[in-house]
Amino acid sequence: MALPTDKVIGIMADNLRKRKNVIPLSAKKSTAWAEGLNLPRGGETVIYTGLLYQLMPGITGLAAKMASYENSFMRHLMGMGRLANKFINVAAFMGGAKPAVYKEYNRILRNIACLLQKSGVEFGYLYEQELYTGTLLHDNGVEHLVKKQAQRVWDVLQKNGVKEVITTDPHTTNMLRSVFPEMIEGYDLKVRSYLEVLAEVAPEATNPLNKELVIHDSCMYARYENVIDEPRQVLAKAGAKVVEPDYAGKLTWCCGGPVESLFPAKSKGVAEERVSQLAENGKQITAMCPICVFSLREAAEKRDDGTEIHDIIDHLSEAYCIDK
Amino acid sequence: MYKIDADFVEAVSHSDEFNANACMHCGNCTASCPMGLELLPRKLFRYVVVGLEKMVVENAETIYSCLLCKMCEESCPADVHIAGNVKKLRNYINTKYYKL
Repeated sequence: MALPTDKVIGIMADNLRKRKNVIPLSAKKSTAWAEGLNLPRGGETVIYTGLLYQLMPGITGLAAKMASYENSFMRHLMGMGRLANKFINVAAFMGGAKPAVYKEYNRILRNIACLLQKSGVEFGYLYEQELYTGTLLHDNGVEHLVKKQAQRVWDVLQKNGVKEVITTDPHTTNMLRSVFPEMIEGYDLKVRSYLEVLAEVAPEATNPLNKELVIHDSCMYARYENVIDEPRQVLAKAGAKVVEPDYAGKLTWCCGGPVESLFPAKSKGVAEERVSQLAENGKQITAMCPICVFSLREAAEKRDDGTEIHDIIDHLSEAYCIDK
Repeated sequence: MYKIDADFVEAVSHSDEFNANACMHCGNCTASCPMGLELLPRKLFRYVVVGLEKMVVENAETIYSCLLCKMCEESCPADVHIAGNVKKLRNYINTKYYKL
């Protein structure tokens, strides 16, 4: 039996309304990735994470809980859970991820920032002022709350005099570049993904990869934002030979992640199908979205045949000798 | 028997955010869906266009199962904004039925 859609989306909506995020996240956890990097505060150009990588440890933990509730009596208690969540942060009692998981996702953001710096890109960071963009609720059609969140994000960017952002994931890129302009009059932010920036400015690799990588395009990058050539150009500069699966570029196959919170079993089925398609072309697979990496990695681990899923920045870090 | 609801047609089908009238029922969308959703978008959008609100709401699980991956839109010869239409239906259900 499926989880109660209204309750699951309701909890996320209540959290965004009350706690400014679908899963509450402290300022300390939001900004921990930048510790010691000495990124300037603010500036006309800033890196904008949209908190998606920082949310991943919480999302992975909750996804496991939701999967266990899907066919159990626990799904009947989600109404009570939503009621309780109006007063206390229920997610805090559902078991957080291990410190190593937080470290892993922070490392990805640190390496993105370091590679941009190494490529000569100058940018600041908004630290605790940076807000989640509302992407999960936008997907689920809670538009009135997303519009409010869009205005909050825009107010923060304007207050800090930000003219351009460099994003770190496809969903935040889509929200800031394509969704918010439809919601806010006079919105004129320049938005580029770090992969688009690196495609222009990244130097040749110091430690060329000299290996084949099967590429998994994110639906959001490929079909919503037309970011298809750039990851390939960046990987080529890094010395990788990009292997194209049957479904690639504009015709990429979804990882299943978008419905993970509502229909875990269906989501896993799509992920398993996608990993099978990719693994036909090689065991080293690269993806460029935290949700894709999570969904595909979970499916790959079940295969137990050596198929590995890595975030594209893991490969780039190796090529440019960065590991923070 | 299902009641045809003119208010539903006005609220969803006639809004700027919903375009399904151009759908020619070719089935490309269904054939290319990674989720294997048979109902979306052909039958579902037809329910909307003719005002069968009850049929739409009875299929809420399908509406929320859509990945919004736009694979269907790549093969749609009529340029129907399928993912946008699904979001519009979610928004309608969230507001009227889920009170979000």
